[in-house]
Amino acid sequence: MTDGNGALRDRVRTAISSQGQPTVTVLSSLHAAHDELGYLPDAAIEEVAAYTEATINDVWGVASFYTNFRFTPPAEHALEVCWGPTCHILGAARIKRRCLEVLELTDEGNTADGRLSLKYNTCLGACSQAPVVSIDHRLHGRVTPEEMQRHVERLLDGAAARQDG
Amino acid sequence: MPEYRDLKAEADRRWEELTQGSRPWIRVGAAMCGQASGALDVIDAIRSELGRTGTDARVDSVGCIGLCYAEPIVDVLSPGGSRLFFGNVSPDEAPHLVGSVLNGGRAPVDKAIGYLGPRVAGVPDLATLPGIGSQEKIALRNAGNIAPDDIYQYIANGGYAGLAKALNEMEPEGVVDEMKASGLRGRGGAGFPTGVKWSFMARGGPPKYILCNCEEGDPGAYNDKGILESDPYTLIEGMTLAGYATNASNGFVFIRHGHDGPISRTERAIEQAYEVGLLGRSILDSDFSFDIEISLTGESYVAGEETALMESIEGKRSMPRFKPPFPAAFGVWGKPSTINNVKSFSYAPEIVSRGGDWFSSVGRENCTGTAIVCLSGDVKRPGMYEVPMGTRMGDVVEEIGGGTPSGRPVKMIQLGGPLGHILGADSLDYGLDFDEMREHGAMLGSGGVIVGDDSRCAVDMARVLVAFCQYESCGKCFPCRLGMTQLLEMIERIADRQAAPGDVDLMNRVGSTMESSSLCFHGQLGYNPLRSALVNFPDDFRAHIEEGRCPYGDCEEPLLAPRNTRAFAEEHRAGAAPVQVLTR
Repeated sequence: MTDGNGALRDRVRTAISSQGQPTVTVLSSLHAAHDELGYLPDAAIEEVAAYTEATINDVWGVASFYTNFRFTPPAEHALEVCWGPTCHILGAARIKRRCLEVLELTDEGNTADGRLSLKYNTCLGACSQAPVVSIDHRLHGRVTPEEMQRHVERLLDGAAARQDG
Repeated sequence: MPEYRDLKAEADRRWEELTQGSRPWIRVGAAMCGQASGALDVIDAIRSELGRTGTDARVDSVGCIGLCYAEPIVDVLSPGGSRLFFGNVSPDEAPHLVGSVLNGGRAPVDKAIGYLGPRVAGVPDLATLPGIGSQEKIALRNAGNIAPDDIYQYIANGGYAGLAKALNEMEPEGVVDEMKASGLRGRGGAGFPTGVKWSFMARGGPPKYILCNCEEGDPGAYNDKGILESDPYTLIEGMTLAGYATNASNGFVFIRHGHDGPISRTERAIEQAYEVGLLGRSILDSDFSFDIEISLTGESYVAGEETALMESIEGKRSMPRFKPPFPAAFGVWGKPSTINNVKSFSYAPEIVSRGGDWFSSVGRENCTGTAIVCLSGDVKRPGMYEVPMGTRMGDVVEEIGGGTPSGRPVKMIQLGGPLGHILGADSLDYGLDFDEMREHGAMLGSGGVIVGDDSRCAVDMARVLVAFCQYESCGKCFPCRLGMTQLLEMIERIADRQAAPGDVDLMNRVGSTMESSSLCFHGQLGYNPLRSALVNFPDDFRAHIEEGRCPYGDCEEPLLAPRNTRAFAEEHRAGAAPVQVLTR
């Protein structure tokens, strides 16, 4: 077992040992660790395995299955663009393409500087307001590529200002 | 623990104070549809204006009354006055709207979409709006009306009368009989009679489980989440009734992690039910005890398949099990389990309190009750509408939905979720009914109706659905895992006007292999969107394959769909350090 960052392990241990619901499983513990850190480093996988008395392979198997789990640290800002069929016919593909252009990406993922992450979401659950995006976990409906570009540039400027400051 | 009549008396007292007291009551639609249109900012703006002006008013964030197109909706009840509903309210105008109503000024009637209660000149009666008047609300009876974080509001509006009746006057078998008499068929999509399902639960004592499926990964449908955000209590009461009817001990509400609105509202509702003795030990002083908790799954569409759901509750990868054994005998942790969709449970309180015969008088003889339609796409008035089963789809699209915004004719309807079909305009004449849809080779599914006008390309629509089904294949059985991938490669070639000779024949062969040999519905139904598009829109395919053009231009835009990382795990590992292989 690798010797990870002690403080990080403590945070994971606290998170997984203080789950509120009565039923604790590998998956619920992964959620708890992910909610705490925003991603699942190896140390989190190992702590969950120890806590739930499962093998590391089993825990990794669960973690790698569900697409909400990240394995690298989260970016400062999270952008999600819905690509469900309603959003798609009402223009989601153009929004995704605009995001890629502005963020200089070729696919979903983190920007080169790690400040923003772009994710394609299968359904954000507000189809009546399509096309829908989520910016830092807040929903925005009836978005145009131009509005999305403004949102992204605002976040890029803010992130740049903080980094310079 | 209090008895039901004490709770009801307290609830009535509080409701009277809310609706007839001296304090104004402002309700803002803040389900996901409201939130996506800015409802949270509207609530903030209203609260700060009330604070600034020192106005005493109650502000509640409520669910969805169905008119998603008009969200955010601000509903203001002034003391002794009417309920005035304002639509598409922006944070900038909200303070002025609320201020002018509450300060006795002239209500800005041009912004009002309707009123309830005493007539307001220049404003339509809300009940006359096509989106309201055509609805017959049962599962959504309280949606937008009550605050989803106040159990007393639910009780004041008839909530828990069903459970009180069951516990005081009925044997568990009587509850099952009432459900059978109602004719309710499961709303998860398969349409199996709910009462019959409840009667299958193995006899014997605890632990036995009641599982509520709110995975709802279906793009195009949000009615399960809509119920949880608008009235989580009807679900909790319905599950408790199911627990009593089947002698179960525990319930799980199964929701996808990240859907924060439905999750937090359900959590709060469960807490309150415990606080007032409607969950836990000796419910309403009876000898029946029942516990409910929330189980969060990760992102995986197949987790909504009933046995995959059980795997996920147990904390594993949500991959379907072989059946038999069936859940009623061998469910979660191998114990007897009964699983229903949110909507199915949510009807139960009204069925028990008003009787199965009453419920069966709504809708059609073999398909009773209501359909909850999520209408989206090319329609003027997208929304969540609860209409009697059997309602003509065209009435929903054209009368309630107002037809297409462009005024162009409807070309296609995507019905029943991503495993459903892409239907032509003739489907507007179909009734919303499990059996009638099946006769037409379609499926009602979970109620998503996505409309496309005649400027939309059927190949493009098929492409996005195939990409979804490929992305969401769990990878357990190869007909689905490999078949969906092959279908995606072929539909992408067609969309790119690069079709290889024989692609269509090969698609048909792959599709029928998947249908006959996949383990679960995902693979068995995964060819539906593509096959139906091929059948209903042959000209669109011909243009791409034979003429090398997309007549609509839609296919020229790259799809940019994510890649499947479950079935092809190498992609996933790329970003992570290698994990040691250890065995316990």
